Amino acid sequence: MTGFAEGLWESAAAAVDTVENNPVLNISIFAAFVAVTLFIVIRASRNNKTAADYYAAGRSFTGPQNGFAISGDYLSAASFLGITGAIAINGYDGFLYSIGFLVAWLVALLLVAELMRNTGKFTMADVLSFRLKQGPVRMAAAITTLAVCFFYLLAQMAGAGGLVSLLLGIHEQIGQSIVVAVVGVLMIVYVLIGGMKGTTWVQIVKAVLLIGGAAVMTVWVLALNGFSLNTLLESAVAASTTDPQDGILGPGLQYGKNPWDFISLATALVLGTAGLPHVLMRFYTVPTAKEARRSVVWAIWLIGVFYLFTLVLGYGAGYLVGPDVIKAAPGGVNSAAPLLAQALGGPLLLGFISAVAFATILAVVAGLTITAAASFAHDIYANVVKKGNVPPDGEVKVARRTVIVIGILAILGGIGVQGQNVAFLVALAFAVAASANLPTILYSLFWRKFTTRGAVWSMYGGLAAAIILIVLSPVFWGTETSVFKNVGTAIWPLNNPGIVSIPVGFFLGWLGSITTRTPEDPTKAAEMDVRSLTGYGAEKATDH
Amino acid sequence: MSTSPTDAHPPGAIDYIAVERSPEFIELKKRRIGFVLPMTIAFLVWYFAYVLLSSFAVEFMATRVWGDITIGLLMGLGQFVTTFAITMAYVSFANRRLDPIAADIRDDLEKQEPSA
Repeated sequence: MTGFAEGLWESAAAAVDTVENNPVLNISIFAAFVAVTLFIVIRASRNNKTAADYYAAGRSFTGPQNGFAISGDYLSAASFLGITGAIAINGYDGFLYSIGFLVAWLVALLLVAELMRNTGKFTMADVLSFRLKQGPVRMAAAITTLAVCFFYLLAQMAGAGGLVSLLLGIHEQIGQSIVVAVVGVLMIVYVLIGGMKGTTWVQIVKAVLLIGGAAVMTVWVLALNGFSLNTLLESAVAASTTDPQDGILGPGLQYGKNPWDFISLATALVLGTAGLPHVLMRFYTVPTAKEARRSVVWAIWLIGVFYLFTLVLGYGAGYLVGPDVIKAAPGGVNSAAPLLAQALGGPLLLGFISAVAFATILAVVAGLTITAAASFAHDIYANVVKKGNVPPDGEVKVARRTVIVIGILAILGGIGVQGQNVAFLVALAFAVAASANLPTILYSLFWRKFTTRGAVWSMYGGLAAAIILIVLSPVFWGTETSVFKNVGTAIWPLNNPGIVSIPVGFFLGWLGSITTRTPEDPTKAAEMDVRSLTGYGAEKATDH
Repeated sequence: MSTSPTDAHPPGAIDYIAVERSPEFIELKKRRIGFVLPMTIAFLVWYFAYVLLSSFAVEFMATRVWGDITIGLLMGLGQFVTTFAITMAYVSFANRRLDPIAADIRDDLEKQEPSA
């Protein structure tokens, strides 16, 4: 076994020296994925007539199917490539990062999923405006939804450009821009034709491929180490370039310089997930609250097992590829997983993993786009502007147009931020979700005295606090990696706003509520209470 | 405050305030909160304890237990174990203790006024 491992190590080193990429193979595998999913999307689109079909897939998915789709939505390229790379270079700290992403699902399972499913129709704003004043609350919820989707979308599109240089050997600006445009156009086609049903199938296929591919690589890496985690760690320590070498076994390499920054991030991760609008919208694609519960259970197992895989893959990449090779490769830490695939299974496995990484970006942007479009058409257009007076097909028509607009914005944004360091955008999306969305969700589900003013203050306040702190932080000012390189100094010292903006969101929700003179309608509150816990009157699956 | 909620509703509509005050509903709510609240506090405390130890007790977390397995790694894997365990516990609790009573109340309401 060790002889084989050494041989492999040498061939890996040799292969990596030349970064022997096979773009044709990579593109072929990705094209096969597109062809298969496009076929599924077109088949799924036959029944896309009503708003319930378009936004919520007719509420016809089962819990397990939706669980796969949730994992497909949630396991973005950042978590697959980013976490594997972080573990490969910094060991323990990369693993630490993945834990917040998982534990966060308990918030969704215990406090949010079923109650949201029982009281809402299509969007987060449905639930938040249930017993409060429609206009202002819907508007605020739609704006925070659009903000989260936009930040997340931009991060994914920028990631697509970076991935291209790594996987297809395209380093020119123009080539990367073309690929970003292709991803954007494909996404528009999927969402336009397939609606939520098509998007969901893309996510299911992607989740199966991603988790399956990671499983194969994990078993492979473990087999090379006699299925002993300890042997794997010994190999990783031996190949580590940190000082001391066994630094990768304990905390501190990545977040040690400023622990408060990590604590702020960890808070946003654990509280943000249950406030991500594209995750919340997935709960409406199943027929009952019980199925929503089952979907979260499936998602927790899939996501949890996947993060355990990344632990093995990260340490595996650390010793099979080597930290220096990873850092020097195009794409930096993000190249750890693809390089590991190449070291293990040659160009074929690399092509497969590359295609999966692309599929990942495609599926995530599709999920974000349909969420943003639904929020604009259903909340802003149909309920705030038109006050509910829209013809049956009017809302979906607006939603489809919004998809095109968002798609074009995403393409332009993705091209515009090429070469910029936009890694902060994902963390910002989680911070906004935790600061602006989660307080209002929890208050409106669990606190009787919550009022319209509390909701509006909390959502706008949480959103503003998160964005203002980011703009005042080292992300924008004064360091080598800032948006404005080495210009000025940051007023707010942390890269992550959550530690302040989340309490601000909760505080404003409380303050706005206790200062409201006229109480909200008590019968509406009772109705929400009864319906959220019993499922009476919940939206049913459409029959076809 | 409407003390006679029937006035506020068209005839035949459900009196949600009365449902909310019914013993069955109060029991459902009590059971749910009784499970969810302590669990939420427990997993958040455990998660933040882990994050804070990883941030400020670096030496301790890097202590080897056997071979290259450290306390930090074991506690991190422990987070996975507790997350899976709480998930399973909640599902079993909800299936046994919440769903039947919620279904009873829902059936009663459906009899009063069938939902669409």
